[in-house]
Amino acid sequence: MSFNLDARIPSGPLENKWDKAKFDFKLVNPSNKRKYNIICVGTGLAGGAAAASLGELGYNVKAFCYQDSPRRAHSIAAQGGINAAKNYQNDGDSIQRLFYDTIKGGDFRAREANVYRLAQVSVNIIDQCVAQGVPFAREYGGTLANRSFGGAQVSRTFYARGQTGQQLLLGAYQALERQIDAGTVKMYSRHEMLDLIVIDGRARGIVVRDMVSGQLDVHIADAVILATGGYGNVFYLSTNAKGCNTTAIWRAYKKGAGFANPCFTQIHPTCIPVSGDYQSKLTLMSESLRNDGRIWVPLKVGDKRTPDQIPEAERDYYLERMYPAYGNLAPRDISSRAAKRVCDEGRGVGTSGRGVYLDFSESIGRLGRGAIEQRYGNLFEMYERITGEDPYKAPMRIYPASHYTMGGLWVDYHLQSTIPGLFVLGEANFSDHGANRLGASALMQGLADGYFVIPFTMGDYLARVKPGGVDENHPECVAAKRDVEERTKIFLGINGKKTVDDFHRELGLVVWEECGMGRNAKGLDEALKRIPEIREEFWQNVKVPGTGNELNQELEKVGRVADFLELGELLVRDARVREESCGAHFREEYQTPEGEALRDDQNFCHTAVWEYAGENKEPVLNKEELTFDNVHLQQRNYK
Amino acid sequence: MRLTLNIWRQKSATEPGKMVKYDVPDVNEHMSFLEMLDVLNQRLIKQGAEPIVFEHDCREGICGCCGFMINGVPHGPQPGTTVCQLHMRHFKDGDELWLEPFRAAAFPVVKDLLIDRSAFDRIIAAGGYVSVNTGSPQDANSLPIQKKCADMSMDAAACIGCGACVAACPNASAMLFVSAKISHLGLLPQGQPERDRRALRMLAQLQDEAFGACTNYGECEAVCPKNIKLENIARMNHDYLKAALSYRDEASAGGAA
Repeated sequence: MSFNLDARIPSGPLENKWDKAKFDFKLVNPSNKRKYNIICVGTGLAGGAAAASLGELGYNVKAFCYQDSPRRAHSIAAQGGINAAKNYQNDGDSIQRLFYDTIKGGDFRAREANVYRLAQVSVNIIDQCVAQGVPFAREYGGTLANRSFGGAQVSRTFYARGQTGQQLLLGAYQALERQIDAGTVKMYSRHEMLDLIVIDGRARGIVVRDMVSGQLDVHIADAVILATGGYGNVFYLSTNAKGCNTTAIWRAYKKGAGFANPCFTQIHPTCIPVSGDYQSKLTLMSESLRNDGRIWVPLKVGDKRTPDQIPEAERDYYLERMYPAYGNLAPRDISSRAAKRVCDEGRGVGTSGRGVYLDFSESIGRLGRGAIEQRYGNLFEMYERITGEDPYKAPMRIYPASHYTMGGLWVDYHLQSTIPGLFVLGEANFSDHGANRLGASALMQGLADGYFVIPFTMGDYLARVKPGGVDENHPECVAAKRDVEERTKIFLGINGKKTVDDFHRELGLVVWEECGMGRNAKGLDEALKRIPEIREEFWQNVKVPGTGNELNQELEKVGRVADFLELGELLVRDARVREESCGAHFREEYQTPEGEALRDDQNFCHTAVWEYAGENKEPVLNKEELTFDNVHLQQRNYK
Repeated sequence: MRLTLNIWRQKSATEPGKMVKYDVPDVNEHMSFLEMLDVLNQRLIKQGAEPIVFEHDCREGICGCCGFMINGVPHGPQPGTTVCQLHMRHFKDGDELWLEPFRAAAFPVVKDLLIDRSAFDRIIAAGGYVSVNTGSPQDANSLPIQKKCADMSMDAAACIGCGACVAACPNASAMLFVSAKISHLGLLPQGQPERDRRALRMLAQLQDEAFGACTNYGECEAVCPKNIKLENIARMNHDYLKAALSYRDEASAGGAA
């Protein structure tokens, strides 16, 4: 068996594809919409926006999240902003330019039609959010303010101080609560999806655990949406929330959904460095800081002087030196690798030597402390709270960390996975960012998928199927629930010597070392040996206290880590077979003389789509060839 | 440094809880408070004991999940800081601390330090929004908004819904939380059409939940990790009073379709 990877891209010129698709979609009559049930898992920007918008249309929606409230989803932590091709600054922006920047930023590994649609609907997102009361930053004249972000030479990023994700999520959350009040959406907080139910080849439901009582329940619907975010926590240390996990999409993968480009994982260049082995997560310092901060390390290897003792002539502003056109706003993958390189050379700063300076002294001198405080006050405070150092006086120390995953479940133009009726939105899918996501584009994609794509494509799907027809007693539902019960019993019965976190840390270290910013065949082969060993020990020696019939945070974690232990191997396998460098995927064997990513468009201009083949069997690699009719493939140049 | 922790342990909502003493000998000053508890929990698990349950997620002070009392203060001693962002350098060797869940009738304890704050969601559902469907609203720049209004709206919108205000209030009042949402939307032109209705409905829901009334102690403002100001409560009271005197529902005004 192999996947049908027809992306269902509409015919015609790029600019008209989405309009054509919308006209060709079948519609569900308004009075019939309430006969259809839709499950939406995850309530971040993509899931919250989708559940609210589908509820507004009149469908019956059940929404699920593992947190105590839908407002907690990790979209809330996004700091810097959201891109949109409004061209309010009159600086040469356009839909075409946002499209091109995104394709190029992704190193030509994303689908043209999807990205173009994303750029088109980006302008609607800003209108929608302003109408909801999102308090974006404004100029004195009352118009919306913009800032710049990496990988772009125009100012197209809209923001709400350093809390843009929070404000956009609260907009979606409020729209969702309005539908809950109206009775179109039923909300299940503190419920975690533990399996997907597929009946007659269609996604028809999920098994969830009530995280307070421990009770397992089956929910049935006519279609299922997964908007459950990325899998960056496979590295253990990442900027993701502690609860972010891969379980929903991994369960779907094992039920027949293709997993695309798992090795495309983004390492964000500006995070607060690791301070000790108790470290539980890493904190991002927004990329927007690079608008006014200059990144440097000492010119000399092993220079241990404090930053104020190092004169200007003995500093290396390496991004400005290497990429003069974009300078400190070079894209994330390039900036991260450059930081790794200078630290590998022994020029890193801080006690660990894994850090570089992000210095605001020049802009504070030029603009005054007040202006910097206005722009980044909350980020500076956060830095000081965590490190105990004042970034107005001494430069910040930063280092790259796992932040976002471009890979995810494969979806077609309708955002449908390889399982009919299973739609995947936001970071959980693979669709728009290719091999590297540009800053401020995750919020854009999450909201585009949730507000402006799924309401149309879901209607087209439902118009072609009859509502209802199965219930919770269907053998597939009974079997799925029983599998989850048995798995829970096994976890609780192992009673080994090591904690769940011990295994998660061990896995994270292997994936970070061998499949992080730099990857090579030898290291990847080593990781492919190590991960199954860790997994084997995990199933023999993990310890989960307590029972299944209560709130049990260790039980929640153990299931997630079990899935990370499988996903981690797929991630490494994907990195091993993609014998080229592109975007965030940097295979050390394939680089230009200047050390930049060297793509191989002859052999790897495709999306790798992995197909589950059964326990202990090698997954099958399927390929969706990428064709570029509107942009010319070239080596990315930010010099 | 070495700390002594007295932590509230309660197995479930229906069982009684009690304080249990723990010795934590290996605290590093760069750890966050939650990382310190992680270290303790890892040890408890290995000893075959039940780890301490506390809510947390982003650990960046923005999701609003975390929060408990440290020596009687929500989120602990550091002003403007959630407990996940509180670092151990603010404590000293030999300190003895008492950790308890946020206490309020409207926030029942679920387990140990973890509480049920779903009342906050129900209050938002009662009108904490602008009623605009997804669609094609006017261009975002067609309605200029004074920078000052947008900034003040943003100040109020920064609320993370953690519930510290309720925990600090002798009346267990949620007025700071509600008023932050009423200010966020009421300071923007988009929030005007529903301003009266919003104040009436959200405050009615507040009364249905088991929150107390505001008697201007100001404890809420003092402990808010996001520095939400008391002036929001004044604005809310103004909105409520005006709405209570002038609001007509749609049918009696004769404008309903």
